[in-house]
Amino acid sequence: MGERWTTETSMENNEISRMSHVMMSPSRQSNLELAYSLSTYSVIGAFCTEDNVPQCLLHINQELASLGLPVCIEASSPEGANLNAVPVLNAVYELLQIHRRDMCTLEEMEKEQMKKSSSLDLIQMTNSRLKDQLELSIREKSGLYETERQLQLKLKTLQRCLKGEKDEVQKLQSIIASRASQYSHDAKRKEREAAKLKERLSQLLIDRKDKKLAIDVLNNLGRSDGKRSQWRTTKATASHEGEMYKFLLCDYEESQKSLVLENAELKKVLQQMKKEMMHILSPCQPSSRGATADEELAESDEDEKTRDSSRDTLDQSCEHAREQLTNSIRLQWRKLRNHVEKLDNQASQVLHQMESNKDMIPFETHQDEMERMRHEVQQCKEFIHAQQQLLQQQLSTSFDDETAALLYDCYTLEEKERLKEEWRLFEEQKRNFEKERRNFTEAAIRLGREKQAFEEDRAAWFKNHFLNMTPFTNRRRCSSSDGQSSLSIISEPEIRMSVKAHKAKASTYTTFSTPKSSRSTAAPSTTDLYRTLRLIPDCSSSMHSNQVWQESSTNGDEDIRIKSKSRGLHCSDLDIFALGEDDSLT
Amino acid sequence: MNFSELFKQSNQLCKVSPDGKYLATCVQYRLVVRDVSTLQILHLYTCLDQVSHMEWSSDSLFILCAMYKRGLIQVWSLEQPDWHCKIDEGSIGLVSSRWSPDGRHILNTTEFHLRVTVWSLCTKAVSYMKYPKACQKGIDFSKDGGYMALAERRDCKDYVSIFVCEDWHLLRNFETETQDLSGLEWSPNGCVLAVWDSCLEYKVLLYSLDGRLLSTYSAYEWSLGVKCVSWSPSSQFLAIGSYDEKVRILNHITWGKIAQFEHPASIDNTKATVYKEVERRPAVPSDELLQHNIKVGSTLLNTKSKYEICAPPIQIPVVKPDPDRANPKIGVSVLAFSSDSRYLASRNDNMATAVWVWDMQKMSLEAVLEQTAAVRCFQWDPRHPRLALCTGNSKLYLWSPRGCVSVQVPAEGGFQVQSLSWHCSGDFLILLGKDQLCLCYMDAEQEENGRLWRRKKDRK
Repeated sequence: MGERWTTETSMENNEISRMSHVMMSPSRQSNLELAYSLSTYSVIGAFCTEDNVPQCLLHINQELASLGLPVCIEASSPEGANLNAVPVLNAVYELLQIHRRDMCTLEEMEKEQMKKSSSLDLIQMTNSRLKDQLELSIREKSGLYETERQLQLKLKTLQRCLKGEKDEVQKLQSIIASRASQYSHDAKRKEREAAKLKERLSQLLIDRKDKKLAIDVLNNLGRSDGKRSQWRTTKATASHEGEMYKFLLCDYEESQKSLVLENAELKKVLQQMKKEMMHILSPCQPSSRGATADEELAESDEDEKTRDSSRDTLDQSCEHAREQLTNSIRLQWRKLRNHVEKLDNQASQVLHQMESNKDMIPFETHQDEMERMRHEVQQCKEFIHAQQQLLQQQLSTSFDDETAALLYDCYTLEEKERLKEEWRLFEEQKRNFEKERRNFTEAAIRLGREKQAFEEDRAAWFKNHFLNMTPFTNRRRCSSSDGQSSLSIISEPEIRMSVKAHKAKASTYTTFSTPKSSRSTAAPSTTDLYRTLRLIPDCSSSMHSNQVWQESSTNGDEDIRIKSKSRGLHCSDLDIFALGEDDSLT
Repeated sequence: MNFSELFKQSNQLCKVSPDGKYLATCVQYRLVVRDVSTLQILHLYTCLDQVSHMEWSSDSLFILCAMYKRGLIQVWSLEQPDWHCKIDEGSIGLVSSRWSPDGRHILNTTEFHLRVTVWSLCTKAVSYMKYPKACQKGIDFSKDGGYMALAERRDCKDYVSIFVCEDWHLLRNFETETQDLSGLEWSPNGCVLAVWDSCLEYKVLLYSLDGRLLSTYSAYEWSLGVKCVSWSPSSQFLAIGSYDEKVRILNHITWGKIAQFEHPASIDNTKATVYKEVERRPAVPSDELLQHNIKVGSTLLNTKSKYEICAPPIQIPVVKPDPDRANPKIGVSVLAFSSDSRYLASRNDNMATAVWVWDMQKMSLEAVLEQTAAVRCFQWDPRHPRLALCTGNSKLYLWSPRGCVSVQVPAEGGFQVQSLSWHCSGDFLILLGKDQLCLCYMDAEQEENGRLWRRKKDRK
């Protein structure tokens, strides 16, 4: 009998812990509910009653077998009133194990499910997004298609236009050409007509024998050259031809002479140039081209030869001589060019060296330059400083002293006003604070009194209880209440607290309960409770109030509203604080 | 610089005899001959009508006076004032008359260019040249007077006839490769004849005296072409001014182009000197030269002007020609070489206020004279490299390589110089107004003057 009771209690215990664990409900409440459910359980007897124990056992055994547990629970007595504890416990343990595992897997699966659902969501989202994008791009594509089509249409029309224009141009050109030909034809016709008319006119004039057409000279003049006029004869025409050719010949001769002269001059210049070139080149040749001295020699010999030959043939001025001369000049020129190029290269090298030297040498000059520049910078700085000073002076003098003083007064006045305002605020807050403190003290006193009454009540209750207690009367009720006290001695003040908390405001209760319930299944210690009670509101309130203080000090009347609001909050916090303090005192 | 008093003239007919001794002027129907040095009237001839053309014979002995309206020509002799000659062209009409180079023949072009009549004063003989072409310059005599080139038009083709002036013997007659011949000109040495096409085609042909085609030059196609042509006195260069506002210089050896002078609206050539005429009110007579040369009192009403040297870049005012009108006012229409062939002066028609002087040795722009008014006329001194120009106001402008000067003509009654011509000695200028003329004597101490003319640039 006693054994069964223990199993039951252990089961109950287990259930309690599990419930508190899984359902995450506030333990105090669950405790209370448990007590209630236990009482109802015992009354109704849902599954197993004292009458159907064997059936229950059988059922359970079957169930266990179906679960694959080998253990079977047997009744220790044929009546089935008592059970063999070991297999039951084992079975229970196995079941628990299974259950835990299942829970674990469930949890994992849930997690996985969640993960999967979230990933599914994600995928769906991306899918929808991609769909949107697809739609957008499809729309874009269609738009582009449309524009392309339009452009193609345009192109086609333009091409047609171009073709038309081209045709037009061609037509116009042909028209122009035809017009031009027509015009020229007309012009020619007209001109012919005009010529015919002219002819006719002159004929008519001659036919008419114009009387007026006459020359009236007093006496004939002699020729300007004094000669008599000559008869027109073939001889005369021949002489004219001859004269003309003579004239032309003269002109050509003259021009030729001048050309020859020019040529001779140019040749002379060329010769001189050549000579000078050779003169220039010859001394530097051995030095510049030591390796090819022989070649040079040969070349110079050749030059000499060509020069001689050219000199010989200068008078003949035949093609050959000219060629030779030009060739030799060309040769010389090439040499000279090479030489000049070399000189150029040398010069550039020298220049380069000079430059490189320049980089090396002027360290001192560089230093000097740096020094100079530093000096300059210093000067500039001084200058700037002086300017700044002058500027400031100018600025300060631009305000006269009176205005400056006035301004200063203004500033101080403003400052004073501000300070006064702040002082006022501070005073008000101080007053409020004082008031609150008084309230707290009153509340503390009241609480103390209530506590004393409560203590007295408890003492009376204990005494009453002690006096009334008998082992076998009202056992169940007793076991439930006593079991609670015996099983969880640590949770006793907690229960008390919860009872008290029922008296307190609901909001504060929830704020307290959540942190506690999130803790381990083991009942919280009093120190923990105290800490949660004392520290959390304490910290938050102090911080909050501080902040409010600061805010009110900086801001205007809008903050006063906030402050008053916060004061209410503050009050409640302090209430709790006082509660905690009270508890810790007890 | 001195100025003579004003003399009357009409039709701007005023010419100095080729020997430089006499000055002939026409006043209505009277012909007045003066001695150049004294300006005294030597002879006075009375013509039958108002003279429309007057010309000295080459030997300075005879003067031809043409009255085109009447188709009449009268010739006067200086040596024998009572000698007279009258040629009547009759009902056929007369449009142009000129002396032959020998001074014994007169060439008359009849109306409608029916023919050219050659009248001999020696024999009274008449000869005709048929089919003369009506064009810009259809007749040209070689400088020595030996040959005459005549442009002809027959069967819608252009021909050139070359005559020997001595007896009007037809030396050569050849067809030219032109669409519509516009002008011809002998080279100063008389050996080469330059022939150019009408403005519709850029084409210049060079013929030898014996009719051989020496060269053809065409700078571009499909655009208006040659506007004027000028030989250098040395026959070395042929300058061609065209509608594209450029002058092209051909040489006499290869007849190829050796230089091209452009007339840009914006001058940024730093080597050229740009003289800009600046007008101002006569409040402050500052220029020493002007003060020195101009008689005080006569110029008070006129605005004074002087030249300023401008630093490039300089904008020359450009008048855009009307493209719908024939003969658009664009392109180089006047070209003149100085007597020593050293300089070439040109005028671009759409920049009528500017005269451009080019150095033919450096083949570059030497100077630009930007006037306040459009340039009417310019002529080189026959002796010195000196250019005189007028713009239709009362001032005379002179340019020489040493500088530039503007001279107020100190004549009363608003004498405005319309055109000018140099005396063959280069000693004086004849300035022609609307119906008056005035002689402008260059100072004998010209060098001194020249010193004053020194470029203002040097003074700066």
